[in-house]
Amino acid sequence: MKWFRQVLAVTNMNLLSITQRFGSSLVVIIGIAGSVAVMVSLLAMASGLQSTVEGTGEADRAMILRSGSSSELSSVISIEEANVMANAPGLRQLNNEPMIAFEVYTVVDLKKKGADDTSNLPLRGVDAMSFAVRPETKIIKGRNFEPGRAEIIVGRGAYDQYEGVELGNKVTFRNAAWTVVGVFSTDGDVHESEVWADVKVAQSAFQRGASTSNAIARLESVSSFDEFAIFIENDPRLEVKVENELDFYKNQASGVSGIINSFGYLVAIIMAIGSIFAALNSMYSAVSTRLVEIGTLRAVGFRGSSILAALMMESMVLALSGGLLGAGLAYVVFNGYTVSTLAGGTFSQTSFDFAVTGEIIMQGLILALIVGFIGGFLPALNAARQNITDALRSL
Amino acid sequence: MSEILVDVKNLSKEYKRGGETLIVLDDLNLEIPKQDFLALMGPSGSGKSTLLNLIGGLDTPSSGSVSINGERIDQMNSKQLSNWRAGNVGFIFQFYNLLPVLTAQKNIELPLLLTNLSSSERKKHVETALSIVGLSDRSGHKPSELSGGQQQRVAIARALVSDPDILVCDEPTGDLDRNTATDILNLLKSLNEDHGKTILMVTHDPAAADSAKRSLHLDKGKLTT
Repeated sequence: MKWFRQVLAVTNMNLLSITQRFGSSLVVIIGIAGSVAVMVSLLAMASGLQSTVEGTGEADRAMILRSGSSSELSSVISIEEANVMANAPGLRQLNNEPMIAFEVYTVVDLKKKGADDTSNLPLRGVDAMSFAVRPETKIIKGRNFEPGRAEIIVGRGAYDQYEGVELGNKVTFRNAAWTVVGVFSTDGDVHESEVWADVKVAQSAFQRGASTSNAIARLESVSSFDEFAIFIENDPRLEVKVENELDFYKNQASGVSGIINSFGYLVAIIMAIGSIFAALNSMYSAVSTRLVEIGTLRAVGFRGSSILAALMMESMVLALSGGLLGAGLAYVVFNGYTVSTLAGGTFSQTSFDFAVTGEIIMQGLILALIVGFIGGFLPALNAARQNITDALRSL
Repeated sequence: MSEILVDVKNLSKEYKRGGETLIVLDDLNLEIPKQDFLALMGPSGSGKSTLLNLIGGLDTPSSGSVSINGERIDQMNSKQLSNWRAGNVGFIFQFYNLLPVLTAQKNIELPLLLTNLSSSERKKHVETALSIVGLSDRSGHKPSELSGGQQQRVAIARALVSDPDILVCDEPTGDLDRNTATDILNLLKSLNEDHGKTILMVTHDPAAADSAKRSLHLDKGKLTT
């Protein structure tokens, strides 16, 4: 109890005296804030991308791609294969029709707002069954495309990010003009970064003949997946692979978000090392200017351990302030900020929002406290071990 | 003969500097009775402050013993010495050594934080110490808002507040003008005569030494008078 009272008293004194060492304290706070802000921002980017891509899909849906294809872009499914798949067991039925949609997936070029060059944007050729398989799809502006016409609807993310996709505008893909007639949402998943057109028109415009890129199937239930997959993968007429839709998008996300995560940690660690030196410098200077005070406290009877603990508390408070500042800054500036990046081997842009989550803020604060601990420990130990008579003479 | 409070026997203190041994105190013997007011004088480097630090438990001897009130403080470890200092000795420094961010009241309260006294008890003790040094109306002032003499009075109140047996004063008037120094010395005298405090004071100033009951001189680590 007495020891805690000593620590509290010295901590209180130290914190009160921070204003007298405002400059060096500010260096520590800003240094740590910078490290935390960078780490939180990069992790928020990775988290946003991951949650957008991983948030795509349902457990009772299956993606079918050509064997050996890692993405929809490189996959081809022939009409013969499509006919076989439509008879697979485990498919949910809608008005006696199997709920499996065969889609064309390709990339087109459009200019992002404010950009000089064009970027790749996924174009998905869909039909009515695509909407039935994905009931989360809603037209939020304008109307749906009419089958057989060169019309497109634009995902909400793409609509915000790209130039010239206002309703009624015409955009040119592969020398053909397409009219933008609507904007759709899919509950914030990866499809909102796409433009959709009628599959037949897309097959013709992109010279796919009767083939499609992939199929998406809605199953009777989650447990029907095995039955469906075994049929599809064992049928000798099919050279395709089946993946649960959730797993498919999770795998697509893991590469890029993993790289961003690693990069975030790496940059944060490098910056944190710099912050540790700033904290060390500041705390050594704080200790050296207070040697007489420390000596006096020790003379009065305060223990070295309470001086050590109080100086550590000071360092941690400075670090935590920096951490909160950095995380707060990252939250205010980046949370919900929409960007797009190449993702998941599709060679096309996926729009997503930075997500500064509680977990990421906690990681930032932990980083700050580690910096504060390492930066404060040696100077505090030095102060606690200081010979009292030497400290008193240092006036 | 009064009861002995400080009993120093065959005390030596050596420092090693660059391979050389520097003898600061050399086989020194000293007894200080209770309620004594002893002035230690001597040239710079004679070992006055070192002796003061050893008696105050701020340093440990190379050999010999230091007993205060029958307790061998030379045999205590750092933690035991901290506890001992908190309850048995009050320090008064030349430059007051007040903590600039704390008010007079909070500065004086510091030694009491090491006791089990409640907040209201601590407050009472601080008020008593402030009234003894005549600064009851300055309790809320920070050191920068007080004169040198007032700061030294706060430092004396801090030394007194835990009611120690002995006050050790290192040049307590060294930073004060003559009139203020006289006031401080009168206060120390009063603490000795009216409150029964044993005082050991290091000073260069013969006028300050005259305030003490007796003076001793140190030269090259030995008592000469």
